Amino acid sequence: MSLLEVRNLKIYYKTPAGYVRAVDDVTFHVSKGEVFGIAGESGCGKSTLVHSLILRKPPMEHAGGEAVFKGRDLMKLSEEEARKIRYTELSIIPQYAMNALNPTKKIKDIVWDLAREHGHTNRSEVEKLLRERLAMVKLTPKVADMYPVELSGGMKQRATMVVSTLLNPDLLIADEITSALDVTTQRVVLELLHHFMEEGIVKSIIFVTHDLALLDKIADRIMILYAGKMAELGPTEEVINEPAHPYTQLLLNSLPRMGVQYKKQKLKGIPGYPISLLNPPKGCRFYTRCPYAMQQCKNEEPPLVKVGENHYAACHLLGGENQ
Amino acid sequence: MSGIKRYLIRKTLIYTLTFFLAVTIDFIIPRMMPGDPIGVLLSRFATLPEATKYLHGYFVQAFGLNKPLWEQYLSFWNAVLHGDLGVSIYYYPKPVTEILKAAIPYDLALLFPALVASWFVGNWLGAIAGKNRKLDSYLMPVFYFLQASPYFWFAILLSYLFTFKLGWFPISGAYSYGIIPSLSWEFIKDYLYHWILPFLSLFMVQLGGWAIGMRNMIIYEVEADYIRYLEALGASERTLMKHAFKNAMLPQVTGLAIQLGLLVAGNVTVQIVFSYPGIGYVLMQGIMNQDYFLIQGAFLVIILTVLIANFTIDLLYALIDPRVRTSYTEEGG
Amino acid sequence: MSLKRTLRIALKNSKFKVGIAIVTIMAIFALLGPLTTPFDNMGYYPIKFGSTTFPKPTTPSLPPMSQDTVYGPSGVVNVTHYLGTDSFGRDIYAQLTYGMRSSFFIGIVAGGLATLLGLLIGFVAGYKGGWTDESLMILTNIMLVIPTMALLIIIAAYLPYRGTGIESLIIGLTAWPWAARAVRAQTLSLKNREFVNLARLSGLSDLRIIFDQIMPNMVSYVFMVFILQFGGSILAAVGLDFIGLGPTRGMSLGIMLQQAVLWNAVTLGYWWWAIPPGLVIAILITGLYFINTGLDEVFNPRLRRGGE
Repeated sequence: MSLLEVRNLKIYYKTPAGYVRAVDDVTFHVSKGEVFGIAGESGCGKSTLVHSLILRKPPMEHAGGEAVFKGRDLMKLSEEEARKIRYTELSIIPQYAMNALNPTKKIKDIVWDLAREHGHTNRSEVEKLLRERLAMVKLTPKVADMYPVELSGGMKQRATMVVSTLLNPDLLIADEITSALDVTTQRVVLELLHHFMEEGIVKSIIFVTHDLALLDKIADRIMILYAGKMAELGPTEEVINEPAHPYTQLLLNSLPRMGVQYKKQKLKGIPGYPISLLNPPKGCRFYTRCPYAMQQCKNEEPPLVKVGENHYAACHLLGGENQ
Repeated sequence: MSGIKRYLIRKTLIYTLTFFLAVTIDFIIPRMMPGDPIGVLLSRFATLPEATKYLHGYFVQAFGLNKPLWEQYLSFWNAVLHGDLGVSIYYYPKPVTEILKAAIPYDLALLFPALVASWFVGNWLGAIAGKNRKLDSYLMPVFYFLQASPYFWFAILLSYLFTFKLGWFPISGAYSYGIIPSLSWEFIKDYLYHWILPFLSLFMVQLGGWAIGMRNMIIYEVEADYIRYLEALGASERTLMKHAFKNAMLPQVTGLAIQLGLLVAGNVTVQIVFSYPGIGYVLMQGIMNQDYFLIQGAFLVIILTVLIANFTIDLLYALIDPRVRTSYTEEGG
Repeated sequence: MSLKRTLRIALKNSKFKVGIAIVTIMAIFALLGPLTTPFDNMGYYPIKFGSTTFPKPTTPSLPPMSQDTVYGPSGVVNVTHYLGTDSFGRDIYAQLTYGMRSSFFIGIVAGGLATLLGLLIGFVAGYKGGWTDESLMILTNIMLVIPTMALLIIIAAYLPYRGTGIESLIIGLTAWPWAARAVRAQTLSLKNREFVNLARLSGLSDLRIIFDQIMPNMVSYVFMVFILQFGGSILAAVGLDFIGLGPTRGMSLGIMLQQAVLWNAVTLGYWWWAIPPGLVIAILITGLYFINTGLDEVFNPRLRRGGE
């Protein structure tokens, strides 16, 4: 059963030079109980995509499509309705998790300010829950009475995770939360997310990252975005082991392979830079960097093609009669 | 050692050093300047034989001109610590300490309300401007103009408008000639009536600075990560502003230290415009009549007041900003 | 960001444009204004008598745009007092434009000196760190607490003869502390940026790192500090002049205001004597603040507001 259904979603940025098409016709769904991974290079639109689900502020604009969350289209909700859904049903751990907490407010005060505006009336109950959850992520419950400035970076990261999930949201968005962390802390964070799922604190997670190796460990399904378009979407195992889109293949090649020592592995970046999203070419957006580029790629946009059970990719190499 | 303790020790050290330096400056400058001002000083008393005699005694004690420098320095300290700041030439034979003591209440009654009121109103207006873009485009130039005005010029402007043009308020003094200062209702009314224009001059100019500071801080804070986070978790506009306001306000508290110096200087000039009998007016008399003891004494009193005020502000700050406690725990600071 | 590019962006900022316009007009007034008046810097009409010049007062207390006549050796001269005359028959417009000139002089010299000192002290403290930083910051904090005006008063009071140059010097020598603090903070943040670390790792000398890596990134910042010091110095000088510690000879905007107050210009209703000197200063400094805010918005996009 799907919790979130995104269909043909378009999110643009309005700039003096025109619209930047950061998310351009993206369709996917997130089921209950699943971890949905979104991957791509920085600037591919993955952050824009998830943030648009939560809050659209100028210059970000909704330019088409819908995002139905538990039966309601997030794109059509009034400001007040959307505000109420946030935190209680749809929550986020931001990229800047270490700086997300107001340095001059005690953590319990921050939490209470938020909880009170989402219908909670019993302060001691909220604080009790906070202390329990802090203990769950192996922080001392005293952290509730501390100011964020008194915590170390790793402690702040965990505290933010607790704050974000305190009211048991159905869907949790984790936006690049591991990119600033060292490998050990990354593992801890992944374990915690896993734990949140097991305990039923969150039902589903959208995990956004530029690191496919991480998704291999945590995600059930993966969507690869390139320049605002979907490149590939499918079950993790298949996408990692049998990538259909040249971009996914290159992305995987640029990773150190599992089980191979770093020194022996030559890291291959993908040459070139993503195209400008201000006036994207009409053909395939990966055309400029694709090693297999053909004449057709320049002029025609490749449709999403089914390449396996629940596995889709958009590339002319795969044919492209049907979807 | 706890962070607060460390912070307090450090601040006390700085203020003690500052006081020490201020007294030293007060001691050194008359001795460093060209033209032997102390000689000039003594010669000014040639017409007052009685004064020369008294002053000679004072010089031997406080300046001890025939003693080695370090001994002079020690006796100067001795005199300062005993509250002996010499004798005024202009108000001879009144001791400087006595003149300053009589003037200080007028200063405090102007400075303190002006500082506190401008801080609150300025921060409030600044926060409004920071939040409301449309209002901001009208308010900002006004704030800047206020901040850019010399205090005493603003005082002249007010007195031209409210005294010459409208005739609402008196132009000089702290109370009317016929009235003897007392705690009667009549005197208080008369006093407030004379107080309002000098107060407004200080208040308005100072307000501009606070408002600009707050406006910039609010614009800055509203974009901060923690605000974005609260917003993403569905906090209301009111809660967002509450959080942003507190953090924007903190630098404004430390700003009090710098503003206080400017305000004290502004106060000196404003008092001259209104012939208001505080330290500023006394200082002007001292300067016009080359009354060096009076100038030196006023200098010390002004600095001491500013030091005490700053120390109070620092104590207050340690209470409201938790970051003080952490940044002073390790070798930081 | 290259200087040219910075300027191009800055010129799109409306606050910066307004500020530049105000300051430019004032600078032209200070520079060329004296050429537009027959009166000298004190507002007297100079009458040449052989090789010597005698400053001659004209009719006192005339309101703005008054016609007046001066009797000289070569006959009667008709003059216009654009801003009237003071109680001593001196032309206000002439005093104002010459006064602006000396204000600009003080702003540039004192503001420049304070910026330089602040830059040096703040930079050394921030870059060297440790013990040097500690002692320089204690000095800075002490200087910050002592009200500059009080310090100026005590120094100026003991100088029997003072000129604009000395005045600039003592203002410059006392106004640097907050600039030092600001520059130090900026240096600290730049010091730990990646490109500086990279330069250090590659074995560049301290001086090379400072001039090649850090300085270019601080030019804009230092310019903003200078703008504020420029304005602050002008205000300090006006205040000093007003309480009678300005140049012992000559005229300035502060001295004009002092004399206006001493000779009851307000109670006599001579607004043209008491108001304009402060007004031009307030407008000039407002212009400086506008430039500063404009630049702040250019360099610090977080402060930028829509439509600018």
